Amino acid sequence: MPLLDSPLVTATHDGRRCVIASADRAARTLGLRPGLPLAHAQAMLPDLAVVEADPDGDAAALARLAAWCLRYAPLTSADPPDGVWIDVTGCAHLHGGEQALLEDVVARLEDKGVAARAAIADTPGAAHAVARYGGIAVSVVPLSGQADALALLPIAALRLEAEMVTGLHRLGLDRVGQLVSAPRAPLARRFGVCLLRRLDQALGQVAEAIVPVLPPETITRRLAFVEPLLTAEAFAAVFGRLTEAVCTALERAGQGARQLDLLFERVDDTVQSVQVGTARPSRDARHLGRLLDEQIETVDPGLGVEAMRLVVSLAEPLVYAQDGASSLTGSPAAGAATAGLAPLVDRLVNRLGAERVYRAAPVESDVPERSVRRVPALSPALAVSWPTSLPRPVRLFSPPQEVVAIAVLPDRPPVRFTWRGMQHRVQRSDGPERVFGEWWKRDGERRAVRDYWAVEDETGCRYWLFRRGDGADPATGNLSWFLHGLF
Amino acid sequence: MTRARQTRAGLIEAVRSSIERIERGSCPRQDRAAIAFGHAALDEHLPGGGLALGMLHEVAGAGPDTEHGAAAALFAAGVLARGTGTVLWVLARHDLFAPALAGAGLHPDRVLYAEAGRPAAVLLVMEEGLRHPGLAGVVGELDGRLSLTASRRLQLAAEATGSLALVLRRRRTHDDPALSEPSAAATRWRVAALPSPPPLPHAPDTPGGGRARWRLDLVRCRGAEPRTWTVEACDAQGRLGVAADLGDGQAAPAWSRHAVAG
Repeated sequence: MPLLDSPLVTATHDGRRCVIASADRAARTLGLRPGLPLAHAQAMLPDLAVVEADPDGDAAALARLAAWCLRYAPLTSADPPDGVWIDVTGCAHLHGGEQALLEDVVARLEDKGVAARAAIADTPGAAHAVARYGGIAVSVVPLSGQADALALLPIAALRLEAEMVTGLHRLGLDRVGQLVSAPRAPLARRFGVCLLRRLDQALGQVAEAIVPVLPPETITRRLAFVEPLLTAEAFAAVFGRLTEAVCTALERAGQGARQLDLLFERVDDTVQSVQVGTARPSRDARHLGRLLDEQIETVDPGLGVEAMRLVVSLAEPLVYAQDGASSLTGSPAAGAATAGLAPLVDRLVNRLGAERVYRAAPVESDVPERSVRRVPALSPALAVSWPTSLPRPVRLFSPPQEVVAIAVLPDRPPVRFTWRGMQHRVQRSDGPERVFGEWWKRDGERRAVRDYWAVEDETGCRYWLFRRGDGADPATGNLSWFLHGLF
Repeated sequence: MTRARQTRAGLIEAVRSSIERIERGSCPRQDRAAIAFGHAALDEHLPGGGLALGMLHEVAGAGPDTEHGAAAALFAAGVLARGTGTVLWVLARHDLFAPALAGAGLHPDRVLYAEAGRPAAVLLVMEEGLRHPGLAGVVGELDGRLSLTASRRLQLAAEATGSLALVLRRRRTHDDPALSEPSAAATRWRVAALPSPPPLPHAPDTPGGGRARWRLDLVRCRGAEPRTWTVEACDAQGRLGVAADLGDGQAAPAWSRHAVAG
């Protein structure tokens, strides 16, 4: 294992002899360049560390790096031999701006031992040039400022072939700026359209597409139609086939879908999408099809849909569980009850939203509104409940409703109270139940006290009232009365 | 010969069962499973000996409780607490306090809440739940009309899976006429709070509450007469109690007549 700062080169065979394929920073400072015969290099440095070049491995690693860059934006692509494209359009603000994004990229790569330079520009060509020839690690080219940014860079920055670069040098064209101001027709005649296309791509006069990488294990199926489809029935038939194909693929991969995107490619080149999620990984084509079917009404087919694509955007391993074995022992599996609910929960979640389908679980708090927390609908059973020794109202008002009440201080129940303009005479009462503020939660509750009374009025209706304060010490509350719930 | 007779007998049996299937919707079968109240007077009166499973039942509050349906919710929780399995509780507003359901015997692990909001969404989610096999029951808090069509849909969904469907009717106005519109429900209940019996002579000025009392009105029932009972509210196992001071649990209690007279 060579030391970190000792020179290292990779070697390849160019047909006649072994040459250096690439050299690290230490080697380059010693004058070793790619293309130098290895024998020369070893003559200069007898203890030079040499590694066999592995172009296929490099390409695979670059593709992995491009997939890693999906953390920044949904559209990335490897740019062999040594670059990665990231289309950050509309994503930079998620990382604190373009400059911060680039700094983050470079810093993270440095942590992994990859020296990188990064640039953002309007066009892929300009970003490519500035990142490689700009001279600084991180640079952001201002909006439509690529002509200025490129003017002083060498011609080689335009992704040209080596012969073309030497040819341009022979004409005295060294900088991109000179090329821009040179007459186009003679250049095109001499060097072909490739030169001008590269120039136009860098300046943004010709569009250039990035071929994106998809995350490696994404399962996706696409069906294109001869005639554009318009009706919901036709869509249902198509995504029925798509879900079946996707479920087969999921089964082969031993996975279940947690999230599905159904994309409708319309004839007017826009894409409509529908997304469904599942609480547990699933590859049941009927279940997934039904979830999608419920969302289909939100799709506007416009003038027609010419292709549909189903993407498993989130998948998790799913192995078949063997059930029925536990019935021999007589005790049903603990998770069986909740497992059967999964299809129902999925449908409810997709209809209402994940935060609106839940179970309630107890919290050890005396403050009534804090004694309940929501847990996900399919979380394992907790087997704990609230203490039933003290009655609790079935309707709890949030926030508590202020009432006017008359009571003898400090500890007598209210004689009457007025709620929503109606006066109630108290016939029976249970209390007080004193609840102290949770000072460890909020400073304002350091000394707060509530005295709760369960009272019954003359019609038999039962109310849960509380008074702020213990009736003696003004610091514990202002003695106002509230209705907190109904029994 | 014998074979022909056998096939004919089989045919008749098949026709009979298909007729039964058709009829089942319109008239409740006596042998259908039901959740008994454990209150002799109620269970004797109801066809099937309790609240029939696979049927739609309506429950509403009365008087000032029409808006909140607090007693009605406890009544529903008590019924479901006596069954087993998961219950889907479809909410319209954020005011149900889960510990009270646990107090009526419905363990929190058994209840799945779905906040649907609008009445139309409540009905949809209820139907979704009723069509799912394996739920013990579905409770929907409905602050809106329950049309004949909507109730029929719920009824059919409940029949298909045999789970108990309870619609908790809530209205902002007391005893809203919309509550008495016809529906496909098998029973319709009204649960009203009753004042506690008069205190004993040596009780303090404001005596303690004790167990609440309800007037339970069976407003409509397929296959039985409407009737009224006075019961004690659900206990920790969800059972209704016989009011202590009443003999047969149906007459209006004597003290409330005094109260009216005075």
